[in-house]
Amino acid sequence: MTNYTDIPLTGYRRDNGRVGIRNHVLIISVDDISNAAVEGVASLIRGTYALSHPYGRLQFGEDLDLTFNTLIGSGKNPNVAAAIVIGIEPNWTNHIVEKIAETGKPVAGFSIERTGDLLTIAKAARKAKEFVHYATELPRVPVDWSDIWVSTKCGESDTTSGLASNPTVGRVFDRLEKEGNTLIFGETTEVTGAEDIIMKQCISPEVANQFKAAFDNYQDLVQSQGVNLMGSQPTEGNIRGGLTTIEEKAFGNIEKMGKCKVVGYLDQAEEPQKPGLHFMDSSSAAAEMVTLCCAAGAALHLFTTGQGNIVGNPVLPVVKLSGNPLTVETMSEHIDVDVTGLLRFEYNLDGAADRTMEMMARTINGRLTSAEALRHEEFVLTKLYRSA
Amino acid sequence: MKKGILLHKADDDVGVTAMDLKAGEVIQAVTLEGETVTEITLVDDVPLSHKVAMRDMEQQKHVTEYGAPIGYASQSISAGAHVHTHNLKSLRWSGKNQIVEHHKE
Repeated sequence: MTNYTDIPLTGYRRDNGRVGIRNHVLIISVDDISNAAVEGVASLIRGTYALSHPYGRLQFGEDLDLTFNTLIGSGKNPNVAAAIVIGIEPNWTNHIVEKIAETGKPVAGFSIERTGDLLTIAKAARKAKEFVHYATELPRVPVDWSDIWVSTKCGESDTTSGLASNPTVGRVFDRLEKEGNTLIFGETTEVTGAEDIIMKQCISPEVANQFKAAFDNYQDLVQSQGVNLMGSQPTEGNIRGGLTTIEEKAFGNIEKMGKCKVVGYLDQAEEPQKPGLHFMDSSSAAAEMVTLCCAAGAALHLFTTGQGNIVGNPVLPVVKLSGNPLTVETMSEHIDVDVTGLLRFEYNLDGAADRTMEMMARTINGRLTSAEALRHEEFVLTKLYRSA
Repeated sequence: MKKGILLHKADDDVGVTAMDLKAGEVIQAVTLEGETVTEITLVDDVPLSHKVAMRDMEQQKHVTEYGAPIGYASQSISAGAHVHTHNLKSLRWSGKNQIVEHHKE
């Protein structure tokens, strides 16, 4: 294994100063009925990716804002070189185009009404081809660790998550915090039982209160549906695996924070404005959470798993870590970083963090993650309530 | 001496087994930093990734892991014993809203 500090990092420095580690040309669908056109363009032009999804019509209020912010944020993500936006009508389409254009990257919008799918596809494909030529001539340039925004989430957790993979991410985050990286974690419901510890790690009472308000809001929402999440935590599977109490499960989860101070609170899909660790209000469902991290601007994601969650994302490369020997053996094609050696006493936490950062460096430099190679491209919008 | 228990914090009341361990085995407990803290004689069989008491604990004592309480001892616990739902209860969700109860084996 090469020492990660000896690996020169390269990436794509965008006009707004952000650094990407991928160079996608995205074809973004504004709404469900534009998916066909978006997929039409992507099938015609090599090097493009169709970002389609099932929503975008008759949404309103905060729910509509979140859909917009997720689509806009995904287009603004530094892993994207250029974007085409296609919607059924021009108003919402232009709104998304204008917001993505603030980054300085090439963006073009097309609407289908009064044009039809076929002519829209023809026009958008011609522009997409132009964008692909542009993107493929962009050079990779030397970048620093501090340029790379990193997010994290755990899924299908078990006791090896709290014991090995989550503390490994925590150690990586401790190092990245010192480098000046911008970092994101979240999972508002899954931290239940450790919310007091998160509040203590917040840099100011203001941030702690913002976190607590989001936490309480989620608890109220869950209770308003007549459900008691506490009653289902830890799950039967967790208990079989050795977890006993909800606080123990939550402590294992927040090991991913390391010793980092929480410098900011983010709404769902909100972009961090300063370096340091941010708590983002987010669903604990893997694909939703990773999609929100993508929209917030993360360039690389560290995903820990015990039993083997296999999530990926089309824009945000997901590096998967596991400390479960059975998962690493039976689901090897999904795991990028095997930290089971921690449980065999082959190396300590610093050794596990070294292995992870070596794989991060290679991923930054272009190595496809397992999720990317396996086409795990889950782009899942968080829906807050039903549409009109 | 066999290493077999991992400690999140050196002074935690419980460690986590890194392999299936048998009663009577004498096992070293090691921190995630790789520092051997102590050795302990198992008094129960403890499966992989379950918890072992690092010291004797009286009933009601708060039990620490990750350097913080993960619950309280619902009965007295001996050093080397298996710590799980039969002798450890949540501090958060007990009393009339106790819902951990129905998970009892």
